[in-house]
Amino acid sequence: MKIHEFQGKQLLRDAGIPTPRGSVARSPEEAAAAYKDLGGELAVVKAQIHAGGRGKGTIKTNPEQRGVQLVRSAEETAHVAGNILENELVTIQTGPEGRVVHQVLVEEGCDIARELYLGIVVDRGSGGPVLMVSSEGGVEIEKVAAETPELIFKEPFDPDRGLQSFQVRKLAAKLNLQGKTVRVADTFMRTLCALFVKLDCSLLELNPLVVTGDGKLLALDAKMTFDDNASFRHPELAELRDLNEEEPMEIRAAEAGLSYVKLDGNIGCLVNGAGLAMSTMDLIKLHGGSPANFLDVGGGAEKEQVTEAFRILLSDANVKGVLVNIFGGIMRCTTIAEALVAAYRTVGFSVPLVVRLEGTEVEQGRKILADSGVDIISAEGLTDAAKKIVAAAG
Amino acid sequence: MSILIDKQTRVLCQGITGKTGQFHTKNCLEYGTNVVAGVTPGKGGKTVEGVPVFDTVFEAVEKTGVDATMIYVPPPFTADAILEAVDAGIRVVVAITEGVPVMDMVRVHDAMRNSESVLIGPNCPGVITPDECKMGIMPGYIHKKGPVGLMSRSGTLTYEAVWQLSELGLGQSTCVGLGGDPIVGTSFIDLLKRFEADPATESILMIGEIGGTAEEEAARYVRQHVTKPVAAFIAGRTAPPGKRMGHAGAIISGGKGTAEEKIVALESAGIKVAESPADMATALVRAIKEKA
Repeated sequence: MKIHEFQGKQLLRDAGIPTPRGSVARSPEEAAAAYKDLGGELAVVKAQIHAGGRGKGTIKTNPEQRGVQLVRSAEETAHVAGNILENELVTIQTGPEGRVVHQVLVEEGCDIARELYLGIVVDRGSGGPVLMVSSEGGVEIEKVAAETPELIFKEPFDPDRGLQSFQVRKLAAKLNLQGKTVRVADTFMRTLCALFVKLDCSLLELNPLVVTGDGKLLALDAKMTFDDNASFRHPELAELRDLNEEEPMEIRAAEAGLSYVKLDGNIGCLVNGAGLAMSTMDLIKLHGGSPANFLDVGGGAEKEQVTEAFRILLSDANVKGVLVNIFGGIMRCTTIAEALVAAYRTVGFSVPLVVRLEGTEVEQGRKILADSGVDIISAEGLTDAAKKIVAAAG
Repeated sequence: MSILIDKQTRVLCQGITGKTGQFHTKNCLEYGTNVVAGVTPGKGGKTVEGVPVFDTVFEAVEKTGVDATMIYVPPPFTADAILEAVDAGIRVVVAITEGVPVMDMVRVHDAMRNSESVLIGPNCPGVITPDECKMGIMPGYIHKKGPVGLMSRSGTLTYEAVWQLSELGLGQSTCVGLGGDPIVGTSFIDLLKRFEADPATESILMIGEIGGTAEEEAARYVRQHVTKPVAAFIAGRTAPPGKRMGHAGAIISGGKGTAEEKIVALESAGIKVAESPADMATALVRAIKEKA
């Protein structure tokens, strides 16, 4: 689960990590009031959406307006907030359609001496969490990693012992931190690592992490993502979820126990198993088609699930044909065939449906499909299925 | 011969009284697996499918001499179940459960470092040595005894590969599902070592997917240490970056973990890579012919 910057900063403040003062606003009036509360001259208005690249992103209907802007008066704050709120912000991560901004963060400006990068992830290679820092803050870290990997410094840490002070000193030296900033960094970095573990994060990123003119550290941005598998032990985080930021069909699919990801093509896919579902997308592409989605119905594939899966697929106006690819293992092909026929009748199909069944009781399963009288194009094997659906979807 | 398990293996089922544990215990028994004990805390003294249930793994080991376990307990308790099995000295631990928190697996991963036990999974279909021992949720009958070692990060895609192999008359020595999570107990490299050393395994089929660098590392290992023919398939060529494709581990992040990178690494190590999922078994046939 992803959360907004202002929510992440609140979690950081609760843990004792310094962040700029600020508050969230949902209207130009609220934004102007937030500016006055800060009591200074310089402030910044930041669009709150889950996608990155907001600073360079522009408002769709007003390309002059960026997603992050410095302001110097209450009037200007209200004006900028008005430009951004309830409009679509297009960034490199949103796609051309952009994402509607429902809230902005109004934050005090700060005295920036240096911009650093700090990120914590779970590293698959070492099998544990790792703290990464770089002297190159405020830019895309992927770019730094690709072009100047020697400027990224890493320290792995044990989740229970936590990051050690000597590790902070190593990183501080690499970052060329001076004087009291080294001492500040000790608490700062060790607290962040502990927070990462405590909240079951999969990503905690401060880009930039700022060294201020008086040598303190400040989290100028905050990006946090949580491990969905651990949500059962974090009921306190559930309220931070923002359904506005999620694809409505993906939410609906998750509620039905389906794993669905929307894509841009025109061939809907219904598959059991994540690996087979990905391969089915690849197969369609290989034969000249374009998949409309990833959809894993899981091991169950019962009538209700298949029906809901069909509804989700068909609600996508781009879909010109549907391919069902099921390998029946423990779940027999006969059971799946019956579910497909029943779901087909319930949903009412308007586009061609190609079904490829393989596995346990496949002959009887195919017979159920053939005898059902419903208009299903039966395929033998993966290649045949791909060719048939690509032809049928035109 | 085979790797990890054979007909002598004495199997335990952790979570045997749950719906899933019970169902698959029955299936494994029907396949011929020597399931000799089950564990569910608080349910000791019962029997499930004729198998005695114990409160602790320690007790099951003491009373029945189990040396391998399959775990079907719910995700919040899986790490504890794995650690209990390792503590009791069980040699092969197969965790089927999907949805285990990553941080739990970090702790397990650390505990496994100083242990003789092998962990397969979590979030995997399990391990099968055809005609001898099935530990997991795979459909047993599609497998055929033979010379191919199969290892995979996926479930149904593995069955698909087994199906293709069996259709071509290529049986399997042992098939192992590694699991679809970011941190799993056993890597491709661990299994490559075992398959290379196993006299019954003559060739190896590896099924990977996007995310992480496990396939690249395996490719490096194959180039240096594996003499047997190897073929591979990578799922997720068309997956968009930043989107989790069902498996928690199947995500392209920060431009890393793409199928293209993996395929280049595999091919440069002399591994035959199937372009289509329909050609996994035929890619292995090509690899075998080339080495012959």
